[in-house]
Amino acid sequence: MKKVQFKSSYSQYLFLAPQLGILLIFLYWPIIQTFKDAFTMQDAFGISVQFAGFDNFLFIFDDPAYKIAFKFTIIYSFVITLITGAIGLLLAVQANNIMHGKSTYKTLLIWPYAIAPAVVGVMANYFFSERFGLLYHLFNDLWGFNWYENVFDAYIYVIIAGSWKQISANFIFFLAGLQAIQKSVIEASMIDCKSSFRRFWSITFPLLMPTTFFLIIINITYAFFDTFGIIDTTTIGSPSGETRTLVYKAYMDGFRGLDLGSAGAQSIMMMLIVLVITIFQFRYIEGKIHYN
Amino acid sequence: MTRLFTSSFSHLILFIGIFIMIVPVWLIFASSTHSSLSINTQGLQVYLGDRFVENYIRVLLYKGGFFKEITALKMFFNSFIMATGVAILSVVTSLMAAYALVYYRIKYATLLFWIIFITILVPLELRIFPTYSVMAKLNLVNSYFGLIVPISASAVATLFFRQFYKTVPDELLESAKLDGANTWRFFIDFLVPLSKTMIVAMLIFMFVFGYNQYLWPLLVTSQEQYWTVVMGLKMMSGSIVHRFAFVMMSMIPPILIIVILQRHFIKGVFQDK
Repeated sequence: MKKVQFKSSYSQYLFLAPQLGILLIFLYWPIIQTFKDAFTMQDAFGISVQFAGFDNFLFIFDDPAYKIAFKFTIIYSFVITLITGAIGLLLAVQANNIMHGKSTYKTLLIWPYAIAPAVVGVMANYFFSERFGLLYHLFNDLWGFNWYENVFDAYIYVIIAGSWKQISANFIFFLAGLQAIQKSVIEASMIDCKSSFRRFWSITFPLLMPTTFFLIIINITYAFFDTFGIIDTTTIGSPSGETRTLVYKAYMDGFRGLDLGSAGAQSIMMMLIVLVITIFQFRYIEGKIHYN
Repeated sequence: MTRLFTSSFSHLILFIGIFIMIVPVWLIFASSTHSSLSINTQGLQVYLGDRFVENYIRVLLYKGGFFKEITALKMFFNSFIMATGVAILSVVTSLMAAYALVYYRIKYATLLFWIIFITILVPLELRIFPTYSVMAKLNLVNSYFGLIVPISASAVATLFFRQFYKTVPDELLESAKLDGANTWRFFIDFLVPLSKTMIVAMLIFMFVFGYNQYLWPLLVTSQEQYWTVVMGLKMMSGSIVHRFAFVMMSMIPPILIIVILQRHFIKGVFQDK
């Protein structure tokens, strides 16, 4: 809050009105509708609607397909976070090490960030198609790769497709984090510790903690929501639903199956997951990291 | 000697990284300049072919879709309208809302703050069907308005502007008040010019965000004349080289914007000097 402020009876609301209006109509109204859907049941023709209590929720907990999607979403977000974070950090540390050409490397590594997930998926398709996919045939020669039938191979396919573009975002944020660390801290640590490897893990990495946790949240959100376009253009859930994320499953149940009650209940479950992650971030992590 | 070794190691790692980024795109681009026959018989191509102009012009002007009503050129036009609309609408509304939150003593300020910022936790994917039914009730399906506004309902930029305004020294408002500036003048003449870097960064971010939308345009446009590029990728048929060419073109606008304006983008997001 500012110490000096405007005092007015109405003009603040004029400034707030456009955004609040859009949020109320196009965000809060749909959210209320989501709750309505989740707690009611419709017949197949949408004629009669009746209150269903927690039936939609009980139904998704009993649904084996929901458990499969849940398991995949957890694995997918964990692996993507780990892979893109590790590679992004490795590249950022190297880019920060060199004297000349830093900005050229930045330019050459930043652009995949801009590509839409759906476009990345369509491209990945060409490398994993049975007909002329280079990676398909390489992996097939190595261990008989076949994502159409093998769950593990389908995982590999969507993980590679999902990680490729996200490395950029991790690289940019880690590089900015590294550049924000004061030179004097690094110079002082050079006197105390000869090994650059140990210096990195005991001095630099702890100082990067705020960036790391920010990126964990960014990557999890990406894996949860933005990968819809990737799944929909690569495996479409192949072999038989094992590579569907929770968002993808909710969409399919609502769109193909016209089951809005179940889609609504699944949306609310995901809101709860996002809420838990956010609270965890604020409560647990924010208190335990070092800021410089 | 060790320094030379470490720095060549760094260059090597960076080269491998760039290689992984560029090779897939290059292979699709090179292949898009060949004929479908050579792709089908020899697979993806490493070297450029001689059909660049032929393939790309055909993709841009060919009428595709189920009813053969839309060209790729029109989809680019639609994507551009959508992305620009999303960028401007969300940045302008966020600038204003953040201004009210920081520079006014508002009743129920905490409540308003939460009403605005909790929305960051509910991305469009979580309320996609209800949003569609709201749009249908308001008769906004199949329109640019319908493509743009629900995507602009985002408080991400508001959060950034709010953080930025808080770092603006209080003396600025004091001296502006002494000069007799009212609330609008202070906002337009002082605060907006001061936030220029941040505004540019948010415009870029929201433009790319709008351009890259896939699920929402797929749902909200049943008429082909409103199709956008990214969703069009799934809908367009055609031979393999034409699909390659379409994929290549679809990624050009956001990449160009990010690469050309990267300095502004990074400056704004990280508040570098």
